[in-house]
Amino acid sequence: MVYTPQLRELMKKVEESRSSRVGVVYPRMSPEERREVLQKFHPDYIEDGFRNIEVGIDKGVRMPTEMADIFESYSRLKLNEIDLAAEPDYDVDVLIIGGGGAGASAALEAHKAGADVLVTTKLRFGDANTMMAQGGIQAADKENDTPAIHYLDVIGGGRLENVPELARALVMDAPLVIKWLEDMGAMFDKKEDGTMITGHGGGTSRKRMHTARDYTGAEIMRTLRDEVYNKKINVVEFSPAVELIVDQKGRAAGAVLYNLETGQYLFARAKTVIIATGGSGRLHYRGFPTSNHYGATADGLIIGYRAGAKTIYADSIQYHPTGGAYPPQLLGLLVTEKTRGLGATPLNINGEQFVYHLETRDVESSAIIRECEERGLGVPLPTGITAVWLDSPLIELIHGEGTIERQLPAMLRQFQRFDVDIRTEPMLIYPTLHYQNGGLLIDDSARSSVENLFVAGETAGGIHGTNRLMGNSLLDIIVFGRRAGRNAAEQSKDMNVPEGLNLDHIESYHRELEQSGVPADRVGPMLLPHYTHR
Amino acid sequence: MSEAGKESIKMVDIYIMGKHYAVPETLTIMDAMEYAGYRLTRGCGCRAGFCGACATVYRLAGDYELKVGLACQTRVEEGMYLAQLPFFPGRKADFDLEEIKPSVADFARLYPEVFRCLGCNSCSKVCPQDIDVMQYIAYIQRGDFAKAADLSFDCLMCGLCVSRCPVNIVHYNAALTARRLYSRYIAKPDPFLEQRTRAIEEGTMDAEIDQLVAADKEKLQELYNNREIEK
Repeated sequence: MVYTPQLRELMKKVEESRSSRVGVVYPRMSPEERREVLQKFHPDYIEDGFRNIEVGIDKGVRMPTEMADIFESYSRLKLNEIDLAAEPDYDVDVLIIGGGGAGASAALEAHKAGADVLVTTKLRFGDANTMMAQGGIQAADKENDTPAIHYLDVIGGGRLENVPELARALVMDAPLVIKWLEDMGAMFDKKEDGTMITGHGGGTSRKRMHTARDYTGAEIMRTLRDEVYNKKINVVEFSPAVELIVDQKGRAAGAVLYNLETGQYLFARAKTVIIATGGSGRLHYRGFPTSNHYGATADGLIIGYRAGAKTIYADSIQYHPTGGAYPPQLLGLLVTEKTRGLGATPLNINGEQFVYHLETRDVESSAIIRECEERGLGVPLPTGITAVWLDSPLIELIHGEGTIERQLPAMLRQFQRFDVDIRTEPMLIYPTLHYQNGGLLIDDSARSSVENLFVAGETAGGIHGTNRLMGNSLLDIIVFGRRAGRNAAEQSKDMNVPEGLNLDHIESYHRELEQSGVPADRVGPMLLPHYTHR
Repeated sequence: MSEAGKESIKMVDIYIMGKHYAVPETLTIMDAMEYAGYRLTRGCGCRAGFCGACATVYRLAGDYELKVGLACQTRVEEGMYLAQLPFFPGRKADFDLEEIKPSVADFARLYPEVFRCLGCNSCSKVCPQDIDVMQYIAYIQRGDFAKAADLSFDCLMCGLCVSRCPVNIVHYNAALTARRLYSRYIAKPDPFLEQRTRAIEEGTMDAEIDQLVAADKEKLQELYNNREIEK
């Protein structure tokens, strides 16, 4: 009963039209229509939210203003606070920065290849967007599907801007990743005879979405984490890296770590370094709410960039079409795409569908923004924003009663906690800031443009072009996490312990910042968002 | 929000680790702590009910009962006295999945305390996911790993069950081991997956994709626009 009488009145239109909508397929947009709605309504195309940065290796590149502020920031570290000539606090072959799905996958593979590994992470091990990914993981492992068909979906969805070798690696490794995870004991949804149950996601041409109820990412993350602990790999929590350390030739050679609880700086020396720190939703581009983890503050992007790692598509941000809009406690919360995959459709204030429910995320989001902003057909909420309905009860009509409880237990529970029953009441949704499509540029061995520096997961860019499909992020973190771990370990075998550790790149970066007139109080990485006394 | 809007919000009195704060009644416990001025490090993760970082124990003024919840998923209430579990030192048994079997004997070596369950059901009563924790422990005791895996699946590993257990069972780690055993040894393998992974490793899938990798954008756009979509 959390919906107000006004909302209940509007909801009647949804209920009235429901039975007549079963089995009716709303037409997909033509390529021209897709282009038009993106250019007019997608936030990536709205110029006043962007600026070109003036420092570093990609000087002049376009970024969202909030990201540019992080890129044009001074180090948190006062350079006399740490003595790199002293014995390092940690001395390893491979240093992995970040304890999400990519970092954990990298750790397992690097360990398997015989490397001495250290994982360092800002919050708890496993505190990451991986844990929150609900919808699924794509892999072409059915007879009517091939990696090539998957490839075409990936690059078509990515507006043909993907780096081909990265998209190729993504789809070719996908079935191997499913097998790797399953052999490790991750529990995917299966039929009695062992056949994987797979479905569609936005922009897929085959049913290749593998799921673990709607806890897919959580199931993968907890399995990986358990295995990292089984292998006795050293993991240091609450210790984000605040700068990379380089050797005398400017190659990555470790990182300065900050103990969040004691305020102490420590340093790790490593032959190779992997950045796997995730995305940046908590920068709240254009004031959007976000579905992202508390720690998604772009830390790896900036420390990698200061050391000279090139970026790609830093201006491409994904808005997930279905973020929670009401009740207010659920603002920005991800409503998994699986909800639409099961047949729930977006509806306007009149209870009418206005867009095919499984367009790619960029198009679906833009159509929802258009419905509210241009056409004025959004549902006005007591909180002052507008939203559209997502008709979840339709799922029960299509697939039978009990489907939501079986297939969407997390969603059901989350809305129930705030007194909405999504089996009988439609949800209220609006696009939420979800994913950083771009990031630090890598090649198909997960190498960045800085020697001895690898990048994996959401911090890396180029794989998804300028729009990622559902189910390709859980895939990407594991594909490139594994590749990074393997290659970083192999490379470290032929290397001597790095010498002449320094932070000279920070000093020169600071000089550039001063020349550009960047205010001295702008400091990064952010580490944690500021939510106190809102 | 306008000043007029602010005035209309009802405030409630809560006590964070014993100290009084007045906060808007619409907030979750997590938002309320931030509203009160806490910058969270421990006790805050996904903020969406998936990670189990924000297990919270509270009591309402005048009541004797200890209640629990996830701070990001529980609304504040008048007279709430609350504290978070920053960390719980639960034991995890290390194992090599290839060296153990889904048997009661192997499980008892890893987690002997599971078999000391007193049946008090405190674990189920505190589970913020409403999982019947004691029941899945019973399934493990009987070696029914399939049922234990299914019933424990929605566990967030927040640790509240462990905090109340009189015989020190670490339910969430035991459940994870049960699920891994089930998936590795009891669930049947997908009949086609093995075939596909072999084909990829042997290179027989290369030619088809390399043709696409080499194609120009115009050709790819045409292929994409006209691709067949499975119903």
